[in-house]
Amino acid sequence: MAKLTIPAQELLRSGHSACPGCAPALAMRLMLKGLGPRTIVSIPACCWTVIDTPYPTTALGVAMLDNPIESTGASISGLRAAADALGIPDVTILGFAGDGGTADIGLQALSGMLERRTNAIYAMYDNEAYMNTGVQRSGATPLGAWTTTTPVGEGSHGKAEPKKDVMGIVLAHHPVYAATVNPSFPEDFVKKVEKARDLSGPRFFHIFAPCPPGWRYPSDQSIEIGKRATDCGVFPLYEVMDGHYHITRKGGALKPVREYFQAQGRFSHLGDADLDRVQAQVTADWNRLVRLESET
Amino acid sequence: MTLQVMSGNSAQSYAAALARVHVIAAYPITPQTTIVEKLADFAASGQLPAQFVKVESEHSALQVCVSASSLGARTYTATSSQGLLLMHELLHWAAGLRTPIVMGVVNRAVAPPWNLGADHTDTMSQRDTGWVQFYAESNQEVLDTVLQAYRLAEDPAVRLPVMVTEDAFYLSHTVEPVEVPAQTEVDAFLPAREARAVLVPGRAARLGSFTGPDHYVEFRHEVAQAMARVPEVFRGVEEDYRSRMHRYHGGAVATYRVDDADAVLVTMGTMSTTARSVVDELRAEGRKVGLAKLRLFRPFPAAEFRELAGLVDRIGVVDRSFTFGAEGPAATEVAAAIYSGPHHPFLTNYMVGLGGREVTPQLVRAIFDRLLGAEGPGTRWMDLPQDAGEVTHG
Ligand SMILES: Cc1ncc(C[n+]2csc(CCOP(=O)(O)OP(=O)(O)O)c2C)c(N)n1
Ligand SMILES: [Mg+2]
Repeated sequence: MAKLTIPAQELLRSGHSACPGCAPALAMRLMLKGLGPRTIVSIPACCWTVIDTPYPTTALGVAMLDNPIESTGASISGLRAAADALGIPDVTILGFAGDGGTADIGLQALSGMLERRTNAIYAMYDNEAYMNTGVQRSGATPLGAWTTTTPVGEGSHGKAEPKKDVMGIVLAHHPVYAATVNPSFPEDFVKKVEKARDLSGPRFFHIFAPCPPGWRYPSDQSIEIGKRATDCGVFPLYEVMDGHYHITRKGGALKPVREYFQAQGRFSHLGDADLDRVQAQVTADWNRLVRLESET
Repeated sequence: MTLQVMSGNSAQSYAAALARVHVIAAYPITPQTTIVEKLADFAASGQLPAQFVKVESEHSALQVCVSASSLGARTYTATSSQGLLLMHELLHWAAGLRTPIVMGVVNRAVAPPWNLGADHTDTMSQRDTGWVQFYAESNQEVLDTVLQAYRLAEDPAVRLPVMVTEDAFYLSHTVEPVEVPAQTEVDAFLPAREARAVLVPGRAARLGSFTGPDHYVEFRHEVAQAMARVPEVFRGVEEDYRSRMHRYHGGAVATYRVDDADAVLVTMGTMSTTARSVVDELRAEGRKVGLAKLRLFRPFPAAEFRELAGLVDRIGVVDRSFTFGAEGPAATEVAAAIYSGPHHPFLTNYMVGLGGREVTPQLVRAIFDRLLGAEGPGTRWMDLPQDAGEVTHG
């Protein structure tokens, strides 16, 4: 039997208040397994504000600082500056933010942190909407998805615009390391986090983070949905280091996107023609990624 | 101690450097820019071993300071006008997280229309954020107050952020002789910040958090109590500074020739210098007038004004900003302070100097004339023709 490489230490403790099947909770668990206890994490307004449980308790085994929704990038720059100025040794600075707090309202602070070459890790857990406020669309919501602000019905067919390419935006800043990870592939997840931990400079993670109530699927399906997302190419797993792309999971031919879309209520209004268009886009994006890997 | 000719902005920079700040973060805005340019030079040359975080906005500047201060660093930022307004959400965070940040603010008018002149609208509109606010009259006072601000902010009984303001151009870009204490003198007055250590690597803890009504009230009340302890702590800080550096700027409210006065003007910032000279002129003419310079605006020195109310018949509050729909903010505060005391002198409000319009001796004289004459309550916009300048709400 293959030996498990994931550290046994649990830095997300039981008693947190995530919904059943919450992938953002799993994402934090795996992230901290990879980074270890000498991590200070800054978290903006998002589901994780609540998941960590109210004062005077905390679900994390590490030090946590709350920050406003839009300033995670600046917060980790400040923590790093203080750690360096005060000579605090061996500390990992982590920003852990939602897609809304990263791709929309916090994009400026993220860009600033990357451009300043802050020695810290920024992780965006992407549940593809503003979930904490009740499933409103974000820039990271995919084309066609139902949310409370992209309704389905007369005159509206879910989100009319495609998802923002956050990895593309981040990579334009030439970070030391950037990778996509998915809690459905925990070994790949933790391996990348450990790799990032031992680097110095700005590092970024795009975390796939299914949300049962927001995506409208049964809460025991999060791992399965995550697997399908990667296996059909909607969320490919790759890393970029020094400009070199490396796809870390290539499971042969891509599975059809239908298997992923049809498992979620938020896409249930999409017809064959919609899914054909999505399939064409996903295939094109995948081919582009494969090309980038061979060219870099 | 050395005597140097410097601007108010340089006084800010020298004070931050003498305070041995660990982390500086700032974004440029006229007329603040030379503060951070000088600090950037100090940091780049190694003269000041600080981390200078060159941020992409004032919002991020204050977030950097809040996070760095949460980890135990002594931090400094400076801004003005629009920059301060952009920081608004973070101002609340700084106070709520009890981060003893010191910020220099160059008081400048708020757009639209764009205007670079001296005006207190920027800081007045932030008066409810939990920051201690000092308004300085001279470059010397700027330097001394920034150093005092760190002692005050970091006092365990206070732990609140402090802003030290100076009027645009009148101080920020005007040079005057300033006594600069030696580093050893400052070190003795202002020791290294005591670590509070909520965020410690390897320890489970959360700073900020969220609560329901069960704990939220207590958090807010703690900030309120910390504010209430500021006057006493500040008295001690200023006395200690006086005994070491032999300079004193008069406490929270610096009064001048008020003892037997019929009428007293309340002023803030650089207009106080002009007003003081007019007091001397009028006194020479046999008119009994005095001055109360409001130096500490938050927490508001209510006790001092209740005392002043027992000495004089007429108080005119001169504001350099206006709260639309009400009156000048200093006027509101003075009235509220006096109401709960036993003496209720006649109170009125004068608007001057918006957008850098000059507050001349003639203008101050006109204000005293009107205050000593029989005029009713309300706010008078002194820079406008008399019939246009009345704003009253009834
Ligand atoms: C300045 C500001 N605007 C709006 C909010 C309200 N708000 C709190 S959480 C949240 C949603 C955040 O979405 P995301 O970052 O995707 O995280 P998620 O809730 O999905 O975990 C919003 C909009 C806020 N806290 N601050
Ligand atoms: Mg989200």
